[in-house]
Amino acid sequence: MSKPLLALLLLLLVGPSLAWSAEAPAAAGTEAAHEGEAAAHVDWHSWHAGNEVSNLSSLQRGARNFFAYCASCHSLKYMRYSRMAEDLKISTEQLQQHILPPDARAADYIVGGLNPTDAVAWFGKEPPDLSLITRARHGGVDYVYRFLKTFYVDPARATNTNNLQLAGAAMPAILSDLGGVQEAVFTDVENVVDGKTVTVKVFSHFETTTPGLMTPVQFDAFVRDTVNFLDYVGEPTQVVRREIGVWVVLFLLALTWMAWLLKKDYWKDVH
Amino acid sequence: MAAAGETNRGGFRVWLNKRLPVDKFVSDQLLEYYAPKNFNIWYFFGSLALVVLVIQLLSGIFLTMFYKVGESTAFDSIEFIRREIEYGWLIQYIHSTGASAFFIVVYLHMFRALLYGSYKAPRELLWIFGMLIYLALMAEAFMGYVLPWGNMSYWGAQVIVNLFSTIPVFGPGLVEWIRGDYGIADATLNRFFALHVVAVPLAIILLVTLHLVALRQVGSNNPDGIEIKENKGADGKPVDGIPFHPYYTIKDIVGVGVFLVLFCIVVFFVPTFGGLFLEVPNFDPANPLSTPEHIAPSWYFTPFYAILRAVPDQKLGALLMLLSVVAWFFLPWLDRSPVKSMRYRGWWCRGFLAMFVISFLALMYLGLAPAEGIYVTLARIFSVSYFAFFVLMPFYTRWDRVKPVPQRVTFHHE
Repeated sequence: MSKPLLALLLLLLVGPSLAWSAEAPAAAGTEAAHEGEAAAHVDWHSWHAGNEVSNLSSLQRGARNFFAYCASCHSLKYMRYSRMAEDLKISTEQLQQHILPPDARAADYIVGGLNPTDAVAWFGKEPPDLSLITRARHGGVDYVYRFLKTFYVDPARATNTNNLQLAGAAMPAILSDLGGVQEAVFTDVENVVDGKTVTVKVFSHFETTTPGLMTPVQFDAFVRDTVNFLDYVGEPTQVVRREIGVWVVLFLLALTWMAWLLKKDYWKDVH
Repeated sequence: MAAAGETNRGGFRVWLNKRLPVDKFVSDQLLEYYAPKNFNIWYFFGSLALVVLVIQLLSGIFLTMFYKVGESTAFDSIEFIRREIEYGWLIQYIHSTGASAFFIVVYLHMFRALLYGSYKAPRELLWIFGMLIYLALMAEAFMGYVLPWGNMSYWGAQVIVNLFSTIPVFGPGLVEWIRGDYGIADATLNRFFALHVVAVPLAIILLVTLHLVALRQVGSNNPDGIEIKENKGADGKPVDGIPFHPYYTIKDIVGVGVFLVLFCIVVFFVPTFGGLFLEVPNFDPANPLSTPEHIAPSWYFTPFYAILRAVPDQKLGALLMLLSVVAWFFLPWLDRSPVKSMRYRGWWCRGFLAMFVISFLALMYLGLAPAEGIYVTLARIFSVSYFAFFVLMPFYTRWDRVKPVPQRVTFHHE
């Protein structure tokens, strides 16, 4: 082996470890800087719903959550009670007893609850239909997950709450009895814009002032199940779509392979 | 007695062929149509475009059975198809994926023509018909995109239709005539439905027929850019040609298979394709009071959209956007190279083609991105290089140092 090649190999082996050791002190430095603060900076933008739409029990819990906390204001106008019950293996008795409003039939779409005029009077706008909420927002399920988890106390607002995902959200923090009331801590960060120093408030972390009925882990699962249910409602056929897709693609691969063998055979006499 | 004897001899086939030239058609189009034997992977996309056309026609027919045209019913009917019609979701995803697949296939088909000089004499008309198909396809895709009446459908239509208002004198009146109202409205949706479902598909089918008839007349080009008809054997058949059937029908089945595997992976596993094939704002119904934070046309239009936005003056931008499509029509006359294929062209032609492909893809990306900061500058640079490909073509194709073209096609047996 020639000398330059050996040097290159050595560099490839040693290089990363050198880079790592060079980074290490810097990392330690930032950690030390954090120790002075009360809590680490929370990067809520990177939170993921991590829901599994094929998980039936999660979907059932999500449906329960939806009808207990969301359905009094939000509709699912493209979804029928019966379709949901069928897909989620909810029995007719369970549907009748726990979910179906007294004046509704199983084949009805999931609408009603809040009178639109009242809604506008109370919240300033009609609560949106949630049938497609996981599809109609950038970020999809993660958007809804972050929205439900980033409510904080804001006395400046009529609802006394605000939201990181959707600033100025009309919706009050209706889940705070479960997840607790949290305050957002912002830190002042100085940015230099066009030569001028501008102080910007940047979100740092949450502080729970009143604990909820649930532990943080329980509440997280509660939100995840609810988002999972909305993911299902957004596209009820998605699980069966992927199931069929596997067989379709396997069939087409086999067909293509046979077509290729046929082609090879036919083309033998082309020179 | 003579008449009875005549019908008995040869049976139904003879009877039929006396009345309809079935055998002659099969012979002319398939068995005795000689295609060059050296087609490579780039030659799959013509037959694939035909396959996608059939997919779109068939899936479209089924969608029409359940789609309810009208500004208060269109959006709901699409969700109804996706949720409550048996396999409606499949038909809908096939149609929406098919729209994007059509453009992918057609762009690769067009690139093949640039690579091997397929537009050059004697194939100028073949190329013109192809470009007309492409224009019709753009109209078809644009109007189809409006039909679901999502918020991006609405605002996309608003932006695109308003482009016509930049035409001097007639512009404003023309825009009103296209919309049938003072804004994008129910009347617009109804006429776009009529055009998308009846008028434009008929035009496309007619143009595809003309494209194929012209192809049969002049014969296919090939990666070497050699006219195989000029080198015939003792039997009068091109020595480098093979009958289209069975050789290319069977080979094309392999191409269709590979295509369908990729197509179905999208349909069944990523039908929205990360918001490129089905855009996020289109899951909200059309709302004239709420503009999506960032309006961009479908990905297949964005190279031209980027050129439009790169120009500070709107009228001039619209004109350049028009020219960026029209320029393609003139390729047969802009190209002065004595050879067709890039295999025997020099670095001038290859360099400009590479620059053009990079510009096209970069403009496609920039058209999707917001028009701000460095993106505007980049869009201007790539717009210039996009047009340079066409404008400078008469010069660099002449300066180019070409290699001698062989007598026979290059063919390696697998």
